[in-house]
Amino acid sequence: MTSLTRRLAEAPRAARTAGLVAGLAAALALPWLVYPPVAMDIACWALFAVALDLLLGYTGLLSFGHAAFWGGSAYTAGLLAINLGWPFPLAVLGGAVLAMLLALPIGFLSVRRSGIYFAMVTLAFAQTIYFVANQWRSLTGGENGLQSIPRELGGLDLSEPFWFYYAGLPIVLAGLAVAWRIVRSPFGQVLVAIRDNPARARALGYPIDRYKILAFVLSAGLSGLAGGLFAISHGFASLQEVYWTTSGKVVMMTVLGGIGTLWGSVLGATLVVQLEDYLASAGFDGIGIITGAIFCLIVLLFRRGIWGTVAHRLGSSRRPAPAPEPGVAPPAQPDIERTRAG
Amino acid sequence: MTNLLQQAFNGLVSGSFYALLALGLAVIFGMLRVVNFAHGAFYMLGAFGAYVLLSSRQVGFWAALVVVPVALGLLGMALERAFIHRLAALDPLYNFLFTFGLTLILQDLVRREYGVQSQPYPRPAALAGSVDLGVFAYPTYQVFVLGFSVAVCLAVWYLLARTRVGMVVRAATERADLTRALGVNVGRWVTPVFGFGIALAGLAGVLAAPMRAVNPLMGADLIIVVFAVVVIGGLGSVFGSVVAGFLIGMLQALGNLYVPALSQTLVFLLMGVVLLWRPAGLFGAEEAGA
Repeated sequence: MTSLTRRLAEAPRAARTAGLVAGLAAALALPWLVYPPVAMDIACWALFAVALDLLLGYTGLLSFGHAAFWGGSAYTAGLLAINLGWPFPLAVLGGAVLAMLLALPIGFLSVRRSGIYFAMVTLAFAQTIYFVANQWRSLTGGENGLQSIPRELGGLDLSEPFWFYYAGLPIVLAGLAVAWRIVRSPFGQVLVAIRDNPARARALGYPIDRYKILAFVLSAGLSGLAGGLFAISHGFASLQEVYWTTSGKVVMMTVLGGIGTLWGSVLGATLVVQLEDYLASAGFDGIGIITGAIFCLIVLLFRRGIWGTVAHRLGSSRRPAPAPEPGVAPPAQPDIERTRAG
Repeated sequence: MTNLLQQAFNGLVSGSFYALLALGLAVIFGMLRVVNFAHGAFYMLGAFGAYVLLSSRQVGFWAALVVVPVALGLLGMALERAFIHRLAALDPLYNFLFTFGLTLILQDLVRREYGVQSQPYPRPAALAGSVDLGVFAYPTYQVFVLGFSVAVCLAVWYLLARTRVGMVVRAATERADLTRALGVNVGRWVTPVFGFGIALAGLAGVLAAPMRAVNPLMGADLIIVVFAVVVIGGLGSVFGSVVAGFLIGMLQALGNLYVPALSQTLVFLLMGVVLLWRPAGLFGAEEAGA
């Protein structure tokens, strides 16, 4: 084990390539391993969780309103597919564009507060979208939701969930690739700098609010890709998609996997979707009790999350990204004093 | 004109609930730096507490108004000792997430027991009927809710502003370290203050039982409006939270009259304006690093 650890640490590039190949293989094999519609759910939620982690883990902003972007895109993609007969990849893209347009004003207003306030404000703005979706019945179908969304793609028959998984997977992979690219880019490094020490980042001349807004909009766009694809794969979009429980669920996936570890978000999403599917098929009525209890336990005992714990044990220090234990800095301290050792 | 006045009165009554809930949130936040997501769930538990006492123990409204908040306050204190306390030294986001998980558990536990349909709860006999307010007749119970909430808010204000306990709590809220240095045992007050905030939520719940649908999700949407209320009022400010509570109630009621399509979203639009104009809230002081 130790020699493996050392080798992993010594050969980050090889390890990264191996991880990438293993991840791709798992993604391709998924509909053989689990019920195909569940496989699609896992892929969508994984992208959603990664999008949230871009903000939570790498920018240090906890958005509790990402359901607005996931759900807003779900409705938009559905409407584009139903009313204009757009092929599904275009409809999903349209949904993502709307999510980014929504994120622009919401992000602009929300970055005026940080920390716990940011969470409350994004939550409240997302609830606005929920009320709008609830009241604009002629467009969204109100409580009935948007039904029979077609899966159109150049006359191909994609009604079989197994095949639709492979048709939709490239969108998810493209979204994940964008997220990885952002994290490894100079832009991503600035985000991490803002997370760790906003005052210093500002002193270095970075317009930190603009960076935060851009990160927010990018994260919303990726969430939109995921939400739009989710709606198309289910054939309907409902109010559930824009409700605050959806925002909470994706936060839970990210925290379970490990804040600031993109692979962890993928893992967290996989586990939560699988668990919910298992509980639902076992006929257990009380998913909220289980997910709520898991949420509380992670927060109390397991704040690094699964991936974060593994990375910590392996002593991997090659990336600046995974924070020690996120947010251990005393809250009363102003940002200016929040320097990290080393 | 009568219509307008009546709507304004409706607004004050629904504002009473916002004010009581925002007050509890603000008191807890001030002392513990915890934003209690489960506040809406405790409001719901308050209403269910009254319902269960009446339906299975024949304990009426007036007794419930005392028993339920006390019981929930004790439950809150136990939760604070067992869990919230452990997360106190960390980023406040962790307690926000913890209380979110708690909300899911509480809501689902009640839903499994009582289902999602609303439970009936009669008005107390002494408050049945309506009173003539000169311009229009108004249900007696609603008038009682308004008067009672205002009295509770004033009592809390008195407690905080004029008593020794309140002085200690205010000092600890502002500078916990200095207060400790002056020989005050700040830690001793943390748990009771949390319990007190929860008791206020429970009180609002009992008050809501006779006039609002008693169901497991009654606090779910309300809490998010209350978050907007405290952002508007300034979360650090107890006074601001209460004033914003009544203000938002009025705004929603009048919105209902003039722009019904927007009545639910008005509060969030106002929050956007406040964030642009005074990010710290109408009555809030700018926090370091916030």
